[in-house]
Amino acid sequence: MLGYIIHRLLVMIPTLLVISVFVFIIIQLPPGDYLTTMVAELQSQGEEISRERLEYLRREFGIGEPLVKQYFVWLAGLLQGNLGYSFEYELPVSDVIGDRAFLTIVVSFSTIVFVYIVAFPIGVYSAVRQYSPGDYALTFLGFIGLATPNFLLALILMYLANVYFGTSIGGLVDDEFRNAPMSWDKFLNVLENLWVPVVVIGTSGTAGMIRRLRANLLDELHKQYVVTARAKGVPPKKALIKYPLRMALNPFIADIGNLLPEIISGSAIVSIVLSLETTGPMLLRSLQSQDMFLAGSFLMFLAMLTVIGTLISDLALAVLDPRIRLGAEVAK
Amino acid sequence: MVDTTQSQPDAARPGASQTASEASETTRASEPLKHYVNKGPFDPNAAVTLTPEQEEYYLASQWVLMWMKFKRHKLAVISGVYLVLVYLSIAISEILAPYNFSHRHTDFLYAPPQEVYWFHEGSFVGPFVYDYEVTLNMEFLRSEYTEDRSEPRPLRFFCTTSDYAGSDYKFWGVWDANFRIVCPAQNSHFFYLGTDRLGRDIQSRIIQGARISLTVGLVGVIISFVLGMVIGGVAGYYGGWVDSIVQRVIEVIRSFPALPLWMALSAAMPVTWSPILVFMGITVILGLLDWPGLARAVRSKLLALREEDFAVAAQLMGAKPKRIIGRHLMPSFMSHLIASATLAIPSMILGETALSFLGLGLRPPITSWGVLLNEAQNFNAVALYPWLLYPAIPVIMVVLAFQFLGDGLRDAADPYK
Repeated sequence: MLGYIIHRLLVMIPTLLVISVFVFIIIQLPPGDYLTTMVAELQSQGEEISRERLEYLRREFGIGEPLVKQYFVWLAGLLQGNLGYSFEYELPVSDVIGDRAFLTIVVSFSTIVFVYIVAFPIGVYSAVRQYSPGDYALTFLGFIGLATPNFLLALILMYLANVYFGTSIGGLVDDEFRNAPMSWDKFLNVLENLWVPVVVIGTSGTAGMIRRLRANLLDELHKQYVVTARAKGVPPKKALIKYPLRMALNPFIADIGNLLPEIISGSAIVSIVLSLETTGPMLLRSLQSQDMFLAGSFLMFLAMLTVIGTLISDLALAVLDPRIRLGAEVAK
Repeated sequence: MVDTTQSQPDAARPGASQTASEASETTRASEPLKHYVNKGPFDPNAAVTLTPEQEEYYLASQWVLMWMKFKRHKLAVISGVYLVLVYLSIAISEILAPYNFSHRHTDFLYAPPQEVYWFHEGSFVGPFVYDYEVTLNMEFLRSEYTEDRSEPRPLRFFCTTSDYAGSDYKFWGVWDANFRIVCPAQNSHFFYLGTDRLGRDIQSRIIQGARISLTVGLVGVIISFVLGMVIGGVAGYYGGWVDSIVQRVIEVIRSFPALPLWMALSAAMPVTWSPILVFMGITVILGLLDWPGLARAVRSKLLALREEDFAVAAQLMGAKPKRIIGRHLMPSFMSHLIASATLAIPSMILGETALSFLGLGLRPPITSWGVLLNEAQNFNAVALYPWLLYPAIPVIMVVLAFQFLGDGLRDAADPYK
């Protein structure tokens, strides 16, 4: 087990390195850079930026240097925990990003929990009562959930939540708590506001999960050992829960690898619509204003979240299913 | 080969009709043995001759079998027909729409959808609308619309007139024309789905938007299909280090949350690009990031198939890898690929919609469903002008149709199961 974990951790390093190259290329793609944009903007307003300051900024961030050198400067900074400097906020990126990263994790985690809690009973029901009216209704709902754009659902639910429950629009915390330090009340307030984004982000994931669980469980239910168990007179509930359900659970955990990118993607756009204080809206802004270090850090952060999430799901799977041979990949 | 002897009843074979019990009964009665002799010539192939119905089934090609299996999936067939119709409609969008999609009816900003009636004061008139009376509410600073019930304004069909605002258009942006399937009465209006911020008819814009939204999905999928096939094919056939590199790349791309990546890439497109260039850029971005799923499918299928006897035989006969992949292996899993590609289109359409909704995707004057939904970005839209959300309905319907069609294709992809 330990060897497997170490192996997986080692594989993560090249993956993350490649991702960092990708991210760097992406944030370098737009023509020009933030300084040029800023200078042009200031000049159009008739202001001047001092030459020394410009030179200083240029030197500090290696703008104008060869790309490869810039990349390594950036990477070295990343490794030391120095994420760079946000031009727009005029703060180190880590100061800007902190709270938002935390809230992103909170939202993503709650969404995964939501997906599991909702998808599990529905999936089991749909499989056990295959082709019943309930199954058809739920399948249909699931398809609608898959087909509706996230942001639309966000808009509508936000509207309904406001009209019927009086939940405040936009943001994870009400105004009175906005700048307050973390407290129990604030925490409860966040929970109260959390359900709309969680439901919205989780919908398509839940729909997909239900369909997969249903298909898996159906496969298992038709296998001979289930027939044998029934023939021997095992009570139906036990014949369902004891083995087939356990078998059908594996994809549930293995699926985090698919689910997580989906959730993080979804949360990006949903939080823009709902103006949550997660990474989504700020990523959009930083991309639009070419605040490259900020954008790069966000992209890196999101990718890392997925990579680590996938790792955790793989490890969980290895623990739960002894048939998965550890290190099979190493041997190959 | 197919085993046909089982399905042929024994009686069909000449001389084999008598059973043992019958035979013993006849001997006990000591009467002349009654037996049947078939005078026809002996046909050694009788057991393997197929009836016409069987022939149709057993000798059908793979694709015909798939079609037979696909036809049984009613929902998929309906979705397929619907999609064909929608895709055909984008060829004649301008004719289907009642207005020029970019015409601004400046007196009718945010007009709500007009209802279509059939009866005016108890008498049948045919489909018609009532004109709107506009009053400006100075308190809330918005126009308020009431129906003027005095006079019905019948809709006209197959009209070639230019007697109402926004009637003329350029077909495919080239030919001047004014032929339309349906249009409002002279100097009247027909806003079936309302108008937007600039007084443009939403119905016409939705019909026009289909052209872009649907093309993005199709072209994007073609790009990703080609990439996925080439890359997955090479990885699966050669294996070894090529395979491991491709595998790593696929892993990296898949571990990236798609939307932020799309956002970053489309934000990277220079603002100086013309809208049409941006449109192509978006399509390429969507296609470029979607291939890993397909490549993975191709690879795993190839890995399994290249061990099959027919692949080995082709190899021993000296066929080049290109020929083996293209001639022998591809046809065996093409159907699976088409099914997966169909299932990939919805995510592209949704992706374009999301990007345009955020303002990072397509830009006006290019009109897609996402661009239309961009107008409905804020809370006011839902509360005050809910009809701005109508463009979401075709998005949902097309995506659903692709899902069902893809499901049907996937089930039909392996007709021998």
